Amino acid sequence: MARFINGILPENPVLRLVLGICPTLAVTANIKGAITMGLAATFVLFCSNMFVSLLKRFLQPHLRILVFTIIIAAFVTIVDMFLKAYMYEMSRQLGPYIPLIIVNCIIIARAEACASKSKLLPSLGDALGMGLGFTLALCILASIREILADGTWLNMRVMWDSFTPWTIMKLAPGAFLTFGIVVGINNFIRRKIEERKSSQP
Amino acid sequence: MIAELMLILLTAVLINNPVLYYFLGLCPYLGVSNKVDMALGMGMAVTFVMTVAASLTWVVNNLIIFYLNAGYGIDLGFLRYTIFIFVIAGTVQLVEMFLRKFFPHLYDRFGIFLPLITTNCAILGCCLWIDVKGYNLVAGQEGVAASWKFAQALLFGIGNGLGFTLAICLMAGIRERLNFSDVPRDFRGVGITLIVAAILAMAFMGFSGIGG
Repeated sequence: MARFINGILPENPVLRLVLGICPTLAVTANIKGAITMGLAATFVLFCSNMFVSLLKRFLQPHLRILVFTIIIAAFVTIVDMFLKAYMYEMSRQLGPYIPLIIVNCIIIARAEACASKSKLLPSLGDALGMGLGFTLALCILASIREILADGTWLNMRVMWDSFTPWTIMKLAPGAFLTFGIVVGINNFIRRKIEERKSSQP
Repeated sequence: MIAELMLILLTAVLINNPVLYYFLGLCPYLGVSNKVDMALGMGMAVTFVMTVAASLTWVVNNLIIFYLNAGYGIDLGFLRYTIFIFVIAGTVQLVEMFLRKFFPHLYDRFGIFLPLITTNCAILGCCLWIDVKGYNLVAGQEGVAASWKFAQALLFGIGNGLGFTLAICLMAGIRERLNFSDVPRDFRGVGITLIVAAILAMAFMGFSGIGG
């Protein structure tokens, strides 16, 4: 349980550890894509952590990365086929970023740092926490970008009528800019919280 | 013909830059862009592996999987991602062995970066984009058409590698200067790097008219 909460905020994979940022920037142009990507990554993370944790006794040190990658690739293929079958539009929109989950550093990092060392339940909790933390971070970025770029949130209009859309937020520079500022603000909030903690004995 | 190939190369370097347009390979982009010479080493290693991996995955994808499917009805399409990852990991391993044996000087320079490249998403992304861009075979194309497609895929791979090198070297140059400037405390490190990347990406958007 502690591990579950750990992944969501204190060690948020995207905002704190800066892992797995390639899909983070690529799919956050709108919220639907971000949620789909987040859930897909959570599913892969959950399954791969489960398998790695079960197989950890058989892992050879020099082959482990290869084994992790094969396990991850298998589950990513499942996700990819599922999306192609049931959510074709979404699959078209996300395109090659779904197979790119294979080389998402979060999943390999969790397999290496957590699942290959701990028992089944803690590593499942860890996977869920990290996955939801990833989804949450994606949603925050996607919300900012979608509201500024289209004036909508999940296709609902939230800005006033005369609002001029910031097209740049939809393109590459907007992604980098939003992410940079969100990381900075997150650091600022953390620093304030820590200062308050240390000033109260 | 040559002009078209050059256009593919130029487009991959400047317009569809893997880092600033597709957001690929950001981990090394943020991680190893502190010093220009390190960035150059990483960029060269990536270009090298990307060229080899792009051509090998093209061969596997289009000659082996395609012909097994067309000729014998064996559809290995669902294994594609696994095979790609294997090919890339194998390429990195081979390149490492080759360099150590024949170019020890180069090996010392690339050494630390090579294992990292296996999980560099720019490489896998490049191999996947070759499919999306339509540089792969479709039914009924053989001979000349196949070698033409292969040349396109190869140049796309080289261009992507050079684009990565360009982007990471630019960023390293800026970050060396940035060390002397007064950045707000919470934005130091990742924050300011991303904002600089945003400005770079904006500059690269200016190229988007080339080649129509």
